[in-house]
Amino acid sequence: MAERVLQGVAAAPGLALGPAWVHRGDAPGPSASAAGDPAAERRRFQEAVAAVDRDLERLQAGADPQAREILGAHRLMLADPELHNRVEAGIARGLGAEAAVQEATEELAALLAGLEDPYLRERAADVRDVGRRLVAALTGRAVGLRLEAPAVVVARDLAPTDTIGVDRRLLLGIVTEQGGPTSHTAILARSWGIPAVVGVPGLLEQVQDGMTLAVDGETGTVVLEPAPETARQLEERLQAQAEARAREQAEAGLPAETPDGRRVELAGNAKVPGDVAAAVERGAEAIGLLRSEFLFMGRSAPPDEEEQYQAYAEALRLAGGRRVIIRTLDIGGDKGIPYLGLPREENPFLGVRALRLCFRRPDLFQTQLRALLRAGVHGRLAVMFPMVSTLDDLRQARAALEEARAALAAAGVPHAPAPEVGIMIEVPSAALIAHRLAQEVDFFSIGTNDLVQYTLAVDRGHPELTSLYQPIHPAVLRLIDEVVRAAHGAGKWVGVCGEMAGDPLGALLLLGLGVDELSMAPPALPKVRRLIRAVPFREAEALARQALACGTAEEVETLARPMLERLAVESG
Amino acid sequence: MVERTFTLTHAAGLHARPAALLVQTVQRFPGTEVLVRKGDREVSARSLLSVLSLGASQGDTITVRCEGPQEEEAMAAIARLVEGGFDG
Repeated sequence: MAERVLQGVAAAPGLALGPAWVHRGDAPGPSASAAGDPAAERRRFQEAVAAVDRDLERLQAGADPQAREILGAHRLMLADPELHNRVEAGIARGLGAEAAVQEATEELAALLAGLEDPYLRERAADVRDVGRRLVAALTGRAVGLRLEAPAVVVARDLAPTDTIGVDRRLLLGIVTEQGGPTSHTAILARSWGIPAVVGVPGLLEQVQDGMTLAVDGETGTVVLEPAPETARQLEERLQAQAEARAREQAEAGLPAETPDGRRVELAGNAKVPGDVAAAVERGAEAIGLLRSEFLFMGRSAPPDEEEQYQAYAEALRLAGGRRVIIRTLDIGGDKGIPYLGLPREENPFLGVRALRLCFRRPDLFQTQLRALLRAGVHGRLAVMFPMVSTLDDLRQARAALEEARAALAAAGVPHAPAPEVGIMIEVPSAALIAHRLAQEVDFFSIGTNDLVQYTLAVDRGHPELTSLYQPIHPAVLRLIDEVVRAAHGAGKWVGVCGEMAGDPLGALLLLGLGVDELSMAPPALPKVRRLIRAVPFREAEALARQALACGTAEEVETLARPMLERLAVESG
Repeated sequence: MVERTFTLTHAAGLHARPAALLVQTVQRFPGTEVLVRKGDREVSARSLLSVLSLGASQGDTITVRCEGPQEEEAMAAIARLVEGGFDG
């Protein structure tokens, strides 16, 4: 059979090759089962409830705290008197146990689905999940992923309970017909480091159990029954991937320390809580930037305090005691968040964005700050404010945080009373008064992406100006130097969380300028770690001093490039 | 019979976790009937699904009724839970 290629959306990087295992957890059960006498059907129902409860209890024992809570709620639903009354009424009307369960859970789900509160509406899915498990127990079918051999899982979509309890060692890859890059499946696959492609149209029609699949989580392609030549190439790539991963894992535990003893903290940037696990796996010692925007995008109303609390708490738990710097809302008129009703601005990057927006919307800001402080009890939280341009911005933001703290304390709600508080340095004015700002924060994190754009007056996304967007321009380096000196003069630490930190040339210069922490997209961590472990700090420092005296970015590059080549770390 | 009215100050109202804590609290008093009312709907506090179906959010007022041998103890436990912000 000839190979076929399907295209989906890349959801989690990596390559997988193996037999397909088609998960039909959502296939309809036998709805019109022949009913026995009511007493027998009631007994079957009671036995199924007991069996599912044992299953859930067993899953709970091995689950992480969040999953344990979901499973606990499912067990309460399973024992719910309202569910039992409705099922028994159905049986009394002559229905079989399966049909009675389906009818009762569907009615209860519909009741929740009709509520105004979007969070409560989603609980309808939990009721249906419990119903599916009951019907499966009644018909002797398995629910959840029960892999017996290594396989690529193929499904319409995966529900959270499908994936709890699955043996990760057998899960080679995941392909789903539905879902996007922020679906549950995608987030889970990224956090587990399992290649995944989602949103593949026509998938279930074309794949059968046991068919060989190749999944490329970088490009989003899925090859069905790859031809021998394709399979050989894939195996070579898999081999290279395994070797690279083994080397990275061996190095992930090594400290980012130069041969002459200068220690730098290597941290990961995260867009969603699930990214935290990926960063930790690649040896991140902290999360230097968790953007909170993910919670606000792609929806019709802002997330409430509880939803935000759950998301921040998940990130803190995944970090396992490492510091997680969570940045407060950093959006403005250029981002499509229709429900905030932001006016279009002539110049959104100089307009009402980030803190400026939060100060005008205390409802949004207080909700976020309260959720952050509450989540702080689950790990080592640091709060970071974006887009500070004046001392007054910082003071107003700190006052808002204090207001949230005082309200939680007055209500007796558990919270972290004094998390570390820092600010992004991304506006030149903040860099130039860093000596004053440093007295009122615990740390700085330099956001080079915006700092470069504001310093050089170049729109980062402008197609005609890409050559003028120069992170290593001496003007930028001089501002960074100013910020590092100011922080260290006040006994505070300073990090960098822009893309420059994950680029070898940028990282080399930042190391030389005395930056204490570099935070980057997790895939860049191994490369930067190797660089830092190879370059003597005094050489990097001497290089940085020379760079500060340069007049153009080209001169800086000419100085620095030979050192990188000598260290031969760039290609690795 | 004892009856008390509470205003939900907890941000999540009666979302899954607070509602589950309420049900679990009530389960400690097996012989006592506990009902929760919001508006014109009253449901058993032993049923998580029924409590969720009230759709009670932050700022809403709920009325709790307890009747049975441990009605006072049950109400005291519920009051501690609700007024403590469901800090289970």
